[in-house]
Amino acid sequence: MSESQIIQKLTDDLKPRKFGTMGKLWVGVLIILSLTGLYSYLIQLRDGLEITALNNYVSWGIYISNFVFFVAVSLVGSLISAILRLSNAKWSIPLSRIAEIIAVSNIIMAGLIIIVDMGRPERFYYLFTYGRIQSPIVWDVIVVTTYLIISLILLFLPMLPDMAILQKRKGEFPEWQRKLYKFFSFGWIGNKQQYAIMSRTIFQLSILIIPVALAIHTVTSWLFATTLRGGWNSTNFGPYFVAGAFMVGAAAVIAVMYAARRQYQLQEYITDDIFDKMGKLLVMLSLVYLYFNINEYLTPAFKQMVGEHALLKDLFVGQFAPMFWGTQIFGMLIPIILMSFPWGRKPRLLFIISIVIIVGAWFKRYLIVIPTLFHPYLPVIEQNGVPTSIVYHPTFHEWSITMGSLAAALLIMTILFRYLPFISIWEMAEYKGVSEDHIQKASGPHPV
Amino acid sequence: MKKDNQPIVENAASRRNFLKFSIASGALAMLSQIGELPAQENGDGSGEKVRLLNSEGKLVEVDKSAIKPLTENELNTIVSENRKRARKGIEGRKWVMVIDLARCKHALNCQEACNKHHHIPGDRQWLNVYKMQNAENTAPYWMPKTCFHCDNPPCVSVCPVDATFKRDDGIVLIDNERCIGCRFCMAGCPYSTRVFNWGEPENQDAVKDQPYDPEKSLPRKKGTVEKCDFCPDMLRMGHLPHCITACPNGVFFFGDRNEDTVTNGSETYKFSKLMEDKAGYRYLEDLGTEPNVYYLPPVDRLVPFDKSDNLPPVGGHDHNHKH
Ligand code: SF4
Repeated sequence: MSESQIIQKLTDDLKPRKFGTMGKLWVGVLIILSLTGLYSYLIQLRDGLEITALNNYVSWGIYISNFVFFVAVSLVGSLISAILRLSNAKWSIPLSRIAEIIAVSNIIMAGLIIIVDMGRPERFYYLFTYGRIQSPIVWDVIVVTTYLIISLILLFLPMLPDMAILQKRKGEFPEWQRKLYKFFSFGWIGNKQQYAIMSRTIFQLSILIIPVALAIHTVTSWLFATTLRGGWNSTNFGPYFVAGAFMVGAAAVIAVMYAARRQYQLQEYITDDIFDKMGKLLVMLSLVYLYFNINEYLTPAFKQMVGEHALLKDLFVGQFAPMFWGTQIFGMLIPIILMSFPWGRKPRLLFIISIVIIVGAWFKRYLIVIPTLFHPYLPVIEQNGVPTSIVYHPTFHEWSITMGSLAAALLIMTILFRYLPFISIWEMAEYKGVSEDHIQKASGPHPV
Repeated sequence: MKKDNQPIVENAASRRNFLKFSIASGALAMLSQIGELPAQENGDGSGEKVRLLNSEGKLVEVDKSAIKPLTENELNTIVSENRKRARKGIEGRKWVMVIDLARCKHALNCQEACNKHHHIPGDRQWLNVYKMQNAENTAPYWMPKTCFHCDNPPCVSVCPVDATFKRDDGIVLIDNERCIGCRFCMAGCPYSTRVFNWGEPENQDAVKDQPYDPEKSLPRKKGTVEKCDFCPDMLRMGHLPHCITACPNGVFFFGDRNEDTVTNGSETYKFSKLMEDKAGYRYLEDLGTEPNVYYLPPVDRLVPFDKSDNLPPVGGHDHNHKH
């Protein structure tokens, strides 16, 4: 195959394509879930947080644990597109845009869900007009917006040549879509200078996004670790959160790439070998997370200090025990064991394992946020002489908003997948040995 | 402006001349500006009199026609002045509370008075009396708890928008017009002090038309946080907070650290001497929050711990071993 034929074929294979029935069904379900969540949120806007099961003890609930989940998943953008890119792991080229799409959609939802949790969402802008720098929430606002911006640039900047390539394909897309590509190619003409600027910027941003990514999840962990409460009062929280985030993020990439590969028949690009490599990476990340979990639970369990021991009892053998052991065993131990074997890293099984890890990770955040609030220092207030017990069973609306937000994140991802070349055409061409000149020409103003 | 011989009184002369008043029934509160009050007191009105509480806390009788409802603009000015004043604190003061655990017999009059004066809806008490037992073999006792108005308040450090703040007089207050309802302060407070207006607050008919004043924490606002405020509105008028005066057993003492005096209304002590003589302490001192509420240990109790009300022991929970 000549070099221009390779580019031809890549473009044919990787250009955005219409969904089949399954894809449409999927979008339909996501829209329904998102709309249900929106409906519940409208009710919450009218009636206030009263419609949740939150109370003066459990004052943060699944909105917050869901927020932590979104932030965690979004971290993968930096893992794949920065760390792997910088370490020159060429096999990960087909994954970098997938990872950025996951990052962008999840960080957007993280920002939205935190507004959902606010008692006075209409005062959201006070964070900017009256923000006080000593509050970890303000740090979070700063780093999350920074991360969103860098992630958006890291998604769109390397896409310029692809946009330029696609906008030349008259008749293959509806006209508005082609115009969109033209717009997002931002006048790309594919000369040497542009390529040089682009690669330099990508390189710089890839470095820059690493501390910012570590910061978003570390700061998110500090929302808890800066308080005096048992279970949150931990110096281990930053790395513990980051490790957990890398693990769930890698699982998310695997799940998404499996779905995309099936939908678009991309076995040739998202190869079994990539699954194998991602599986190995996931084992390593899970082991790191296991290590931090042991750190997080073993030392306080050994000491049994007041303020920790009742909480740990609640987690190990009490009301949260099924969820706790469920997430530890199914969400971590069993996946580690399975993925240690080559057959455990075959696409289908790895996909299932990844889904289990993601679900486990969601509940893991529940366990980080909520049980602590069941154990205040002071006794629970007595009502008519009987100590009231602390309860928190999320209501229908809470679940519906939470599910809606998860669906919305998936919907954003799906839309981006539908309309963007989610595997980088020009980088794949480069990977397949097409010379720079040819790539430049392909994305240049002249017809190929 | 401050008179030296006033123990807990702040001179109110510098404040705007507006009155909060309630119609004799007390059911409805409205607002009025009565600049020309003297003239109208002298007669040419409708003759119908209403009784008002003026800004100095005195009950005065004025003619009903003297009361004009405030315009939107005037109301906003008052609210913004209230909010500004609430941040400053009462000059030269450093409020302190002492709670004598030996005297508490769980009468709950404090809570009742607090609930009444702050129009607290439902079960969202600002003041609670906890049944405490430090260890299995030690005696149980009652522990009333307000907000501790810490000198190193974790709730203030975490607030992203300066909605809760520490004033010069030591009070930790909330501006409900600023609060965004993130509830970080609730997570931050280790004493479970803060409560939240999850929905539209109930039972607020009597206060909902007042101009908002953070020093009254009224009218309460949906979606914002609230807590015990040490009644700065009472302090400004030279009165003690409601819980102090309501307690029949003289459990609560209140005063000014700068004057080194605390009083429960009938007895007055030198604060430092009281601490020394009775071995005062602060709850969970090791958290480093520096509370301004001190406890006197429950020794030599005036009343034995009331076993007659048959409360189930607090056993089995982590707070068994707290002190
Ligand atoms: S709930 Fe209100 S007072 Fe508390 S931290 Fe948030 S904004 Fe500040």
